[in-house]
Amino acid sequence: MGSYLSNTDAQQRQMLQEAGYRDWDHLFEEVPAQVRLDRPLDLPAGGSELEVRRQVEAMAAKNRVFPHIFRGAGAYNHYIPSIVRQVTSKEEFVTAYTPYQAEISQGNLQAIFEYQTMICELTGMDAANASVYDGACAAAEAVFMCRDRRRGRVLVSGAVNPQTLETIRTYCHGRDTAVEVVPAKEGATDLETLAGMLDNQVACLVYQQPNYFGVIEDAAALTAAVHGAGGKAIASCNPISLGLMETPAQAGADIAVGEGQPLGMPLSFGGPYLGFMACTQEMMRKLPGRIVGQTTDSQGKRGFVLTLQAREQHIRREKASSNICSNEALCALTASVYLSAMGPRGLAQAATLCCSKAHYLQQALAAAGLEPVYAGEFFHEFVTRCPVEPEKLLAHLEAAGYLGGLPLADGSLLWCATELNTKEEMDALAALVKEVLC
Amino acid sequence: MELIFEQSVAGRGCSLLPDCDVPQVAPSKLRTAPPRLPEVSENDISRHYTRLAAATHGVNNGCYPLGSCTMKYNPKLNDELAALPGFTGVHPLQPEHTAQGCLEVLYKAQQVFCEITGMDAMTFQPAAGAHGEFTGLLLIKAYHESRGDTARKKILVPDSAHGTNPASATMAGFEVVNLPSGPDGLVDLEKLRAAAGPDTAGLMLTNPNTVGLFDPQILEITQIVHDAGGLCYYDGANLNAVMGVARPGDMGFDVVHLNLHKTFSTPHGGGGPGSGPAGCKAFLAPFLPGQTVEEGPEGYRWHQPEQSIGRVRAFHGNFLVVVKALAYVLSLGPEGILAASRGAVLNANYLRKKLSGVYKMAFDRTCMHEFVMTLEPEKADVHVTAMDVAKALLDYGIHPPTMYFPLIVHEALMVEPTETESKESLDELLHAFLEIHQRALADPEDIRSCPHTTQVLRLDEVTAARHPVVHYQWPQA
Repeated sequence: MGSYLSNTDAQQRQMLQEAGYRDWDHLFEEVPAQVRLDRPLDLPAGGSELEVRRQVEAMAAKNRVFPHIFRGAGAYNHYIPSIVRQVTSKEEFVTAYTPYQAEISQGNLQAIFEYQTMICELTGMDAANASVYDGACAAAEAVFMCRDRRRGRVLVSGAVNPQTLETIRTYCHGRDTAVEVVPAKEGATDLETLAGMLDNQVACLVYQQPNYFGVIEDAAALTAAVHGAGGKAIASCNPISLGLMETPAQAGADIAVGEGQPLGMPLSFGGPYLGFMACTQEMMRKLPGRIVGQTTDSQGKRGFVLTLQAREQHIRREKASSNICSNEALCALTASVYLSAMGPRGLAQAATLCCSKAHYLQQALAAAGLEPVYAGEFFHEFVTRCPVEPEKLLAHLEAAGYLGGLPLADGSLLWCATELNTKEEMDALAALVKEVLC
Repeated sequence: MELIFEQSVAGRGCSLLPDCDVPQVAPSKLRTAPPRLPEVSENDISRHYTRLAAATHGVNNGCYPLGSCTMKYNPKLNDELAALPGFTGVHPLQPEHTAQGCLEVLYKAQQVFCEITGMDAMTFQPAAGAHGEFTGLLLIKAYHESRGDTARKKILVPDSAHGTNPASATMAGFEVVNLPSGPDGLVDLEKLRAAAGPDTAGLMLTNPNTVGLFDPQILEITQIVHDAGGLCYYDGANLNAVMGVARPGDMGFDVVHLNLHKTFSTPHGGGGPGSGPAGCKAFLAPFLPGQTVEEGPEGYRWHQPEQSIGRVRAFHGNFLVVVKALAYVLSLGPEGILAASRGAVLNANYLRKKLSGVYKMAFDRTCMHEFVMTLEPEKADVHVTAMDVAKALLDYGIHPPTMYFPLIVHEALMVEPTETESKESLDELLHAFLEIHQRALADPEDIRSCPHTTQVLRLDEVTAARHPVVHYQWPQA
């Protein structure tokens, strides 16, 4: 049996005695007999460090780690600079709690303040919080920054990641709010249908940029439409694309959210990831979660504290803007270190590489017989038709170590390329596709 | 300390990515100006974050008796195992036959955490405790809805509860009914009986509760709620006291959430990522969010609950945190898990006993894994508050207890030493508490101005909230 206790049996006996207890039963006498577990827990016997290492390594070895990944759909395979893992493994960052005691948490607080600044810079917004659970939750929380008694209708673009849409639906069901989907037309939010759905009851529109199908939305038109009806625009954006692309603020969005995983977090079977949230000055006091602010100490020295806490659950209880307490702080730190290492030029380079590779891949796949479905401009994902059973094609790719595009409900495939994919790899992928289609 | 933006030098940077090997394509809608990310070298980054780490107090730095947060030691093995490329390199949308190891982790985690809590099914989607509460409450809501029992709109919450409880209930669309605690800090059965009725959706409770007491009337409490047609929700924040001793499922609870980042030793990461799995009895399993894992003839496979409340986030939860927590349980086994809870309760009572002659205990009786002191006498006598004592501890290199919580105790300090602190470390903590008390009586002004040795002194929180500066202000060019 493994143990992380420090006290020896002899010390424990001594402490029991000094505290006035005969034995363990005496110590636990407040737990009534009727609810006492009268048997040992039915768990595997405990193991030494080496045994547990072997057991868990054996589980990891049962996974297939694809050397060639061409699938995104909300989780993206990017290069992670070495400095990221080094910094985020520092024990102080790893083992600290939420920085409630500011005087001994200045490092953690400053790191969050720097993260908030970087998210503001990426999105063009005025304020950011210290993170929420993931991109889908960020979108759901953003909806509740917009909804009020007068405006209860929530519109979500049908070109938003279906997992984000489903999360928004769950959160909205909680507060008995219906979600209305604005259909997509040719791979992008249908502006005409949207116009017909807008009225003075609409709280917000959620759109994704680039959207789930990889297509770049006419974001300025979407925000203008919803603003015309007095509603708010929520942009769910890919942070790598923001190294180059029009920011949500430029497009007129009121709130920018997104999945921060591409900023230095490995795929990790879906988590831990990072939900980032930023908004205009006007909406700052509606942001959920922790926010770090700058201030001074009693000697006038610059310092940082958790601020605007009057919004939060530990103060407001049932009237809080959200129930969030723990967030994804270490993931936010990861994003900060990643963005510091990349810098403005590195991030723009990563975005250019993603966009360029995806365009090369789309052409190579088209030449191999997988025609693109949508004509719209795209960033690093795109949808193709699949003239054969997608499972048959994907199995052939899988045998060669390629994780192909994600099969969508209508039999098409959603592909992704990033800076990690080389020309050789993409040529080889196209050749494999050809083998199946010929 | 300089901000990383203040170290930026135009043109400086790291060399990370190769040149483009395909024709270059850029999107047509570009941002008007590049983001002002820092332009720094790798050396700059390394030193910057080393400085920030040195200005952060973690469990590795010293005693961290932060009540309700279970700041136990975070085993390094578990961090290493979670970083295995066999886990970190797996895409969440891979076909299940290529992710059998990940599914096995989730399946085994379902089994062990169901056994520890006495539940039948579990989801790992929730990313933190509050997220687990929200999920559990949606299960309760879905259950009543499925029976057409639409009048159940109220959730009963004791006034001693964590703030997340009422906040989660509101998010799940319920009206919160606050139950006043009895003078003994426990649930007042008469008040509970009066509050429970045909409009009761459920009760949220943590046991041991937030004053560190195990409620011995627990079976009557859950019975009253069940008799009224409501369900019982167990807030797992305090499970560290009773693992292997008593299980929420045997106390009459229908839904629980766990905090893997408290009870099961996964690091808090400066505020996250955590993991807040929600477990339930079999009759609620059809409503679970996302997908659960089952064992089939050809290995592990996803199971889609039939009447799912939908997903509460993307993908499968904070998977790597689950890996760490499972490794912890595999290390400890049934005996080690029980020993952890025993150790936690022993450490708390040892401290309580040694402090009780000097500090006033809110409830002076056997506690579980934590206890609450009140500084009301010191405040009245020498104007030294809970905050002052907490800040004085900073100069001893000790993280203060949770302050001003629970709300039912005035001038509260809530102390949770956890089982991984040694007797020597507890004695140091005792020494600090006792010395601070003497100093408070002898020279209260000195204690009121603590801390004296930290990198910054007491910070002006009022100005921070009144005139919020939430990102770096670049100097005007």
